[in-house]
Amino acid sequence: MAKRIDVSGLTAYYGSHKAIEDISMTVEPRSVTAFIGPSGCGKSTFLRTLNRMHEVTPGGRVEGKVLLDAEDLYGAGVDPVSVRREVGMVFQRPNPFPTMSIFDNVAAGLRLNGNYKKSELNDIVEKSLKGANLWNEVKDRLNKPGSGLSGGQQQRLCIARAIAVEPKVLLMDEPCSALDPISTLAIEDLIGELKDRFTIVIVTHNMQQAARVSDRTAFFNLAAVGQPGRLVEIDDTERIFSNPSVQATEDYISGRFG
Amino acid sequence: MDISTTTDVPPSASPPSLTERKRAARGATRPGDRIFLGLSRGSGILLLVIMAAIAVFLTYRASLAISRDHGNFLTTFEWNTNLTPPSFGIAVLAFGTIVSSVIAMVIAVPVAVAIALFLTHYAPRRLSGPIAYVIDLLAAVPSIVYGLWGALILVPHLRGLYGWLDTYFGWTGILSWEEGAPRTMLAVGILLAIMILPIITNVSREVFRQVPRMHEEAALALGATRWEVVRMSVLPFGRSGVISASMLGLGRALGETMAVATVLSPDYDIHASLLNPGGGTFAQNIASKFGEASEQGRDALIASGLVLFVITLLVNGAARAIIARRKEYSGANA
Repeated sequence: MAKRIDVSGLTAYYGSHKAIEDISMTVEPRSVTAFIGPSGCGKSTFLRTLNRMHEVTPGGRVEGKVLLDAEDLYGAGVDPVSVRREVGMVFQRPNPFPTMSIFDNVAAGLRLNGNYKKSELNDIVEKSLKGANLWNEVKDRLNKPGSGLSGGQQQRLCIARAIAVEPKVLLMDEPCSALDPISTLAIEDLIGELKDRFTIVIVTHNMQQAARVSDRTAFFNLAAVGQPGRLVEIDDTERIFSNPSVQATEDYISGRFG
Repeated sequence: MDISTTTDVPPSASPPSLTERKRAARGATRPGDRIFLGLSRGSGILLLVIMAAIAVFLTYRASLAISRDHGNFLTTFEWNTNLTPPSFGIAVLAFGTIVSSVIAMVIAVPVAVAIALFLTHYAPRRLSGPIAYVIDLLAAVPSIVYGLWGALILVPHLRGLYGWLDTYFGWTGILSWEEGAPRTMLAVGILLAIMILPIITNVSREVFRQVPRMHEEAALALGATRWEVVRMSVLPFGRSGVISASMLGLGRALGETMAVATVLSPDYDIHASLLNPGGGTFAQNIASKFGEASEQGRDALIASGLVLFVITLLVNGAARAIIARRKEYSGANA
């Protein structure tokens, strides 16, 4: 179910501006990989190239290869819409559909993908909300609007929405940066549970968070101001935080710059 | 509050009165704030006074006319204000006004929403700018020009459409045609649709443009196609805005005078078929009869104007109710 991501020689542009350059890495299935690095170093851009959300931005384009198991996401004839059905995404700010109920939010992706019977929808919605540790808080008000939940609950609702369609990979773009510490803890616990089923990639500015939730950590940085972002190193999280092989990584995580 | 007693007592001798405490809480006021407060409060009051004055004027003159009316003001099918006693009723006008506006809305709203979606979500940027500009121009054309265009260009070209409608839908009765000049309610509806298209398009476009990026990305990330993004994020978010836009358009259609008077060939009757000439609208009837109306006739026309005023208020109220009913689901909560 979960799939491996193989990126080789990936360069992404916004128009003529080169945002990230020549990134290669492998993400193992059923693992959590954290992307860290200073603001503007291209972590989020890189994350968005993994489900082709990057090209939604006008002028966004990509060179290089992203393989999901053996399938090239940027191959000729590959529909970005079907890529995004395989690679789910959770955003920085919780973004449940404001005009939909909690139930409809979770069912939204399913309704796009095909016809489900009412009973099937009920089962999947319940399973997804349980998977996102939200079921007990919302089971009595599934028909209320999702925008009435707290920020942390909304973010878990978005996770439930993303996992309802059973993606192979789950991308998270700073999912806790708009949340309080308790909600953050709830999401981090959830990530630990979800990695049994999904390949997870998470961008975070919080280095303790990267250390807590991830198996592997990738450090991104700009070569210099105005240069495109690049991958400095990727390694086991424990090693990155104890004994990184590149000096720049150690400087960053020990707070000497960035 | 009981101001007279509290102001009589010297402030130092008693605990501060309610008014004083309020004043203290507001803090010292600066002259700029006071002037601005006065201006804005004055404008607000002025608006209410004007509205009240219009309502009083309309109601007073209308009540004079209605009290003299020998027919039934709501149901009589004639407009004879020079008889003694006069006999007139608004049924024909209400019917014509509502029918022509409904035709206009049925045609204009879907087209306007489609244009607005095209401009905001489909058209390349270098195309959407010029198109939006042309639509703005459409809004700037005076209504008499629309009327002339409608009478001289549109109406002659409607014969083909009328013939086709008569052939296939004539059996319904409302679309049968007796080969007369197409200066009918349907022609008026089509012309009104063109006239209200720009305002509905422009307001809808602004609303669609304000759909937060993150709602569209939420749909995209679930694997939504462009149309599905529009359906899941853009249309629900813009729903109340589109309703407001339509109400602006409807207001214009209900009150349109010159274009209707130029195109319609009126009589004072209700016709089942939209393709047969005749009928009339409130505004058209007032415009064509006001000039040579007696004092009594003018009062009768004012009474019909009052009815138009009430219909407009009802329509606006209904629109607000529709928007408010689903408030907790509205995009504004995001």
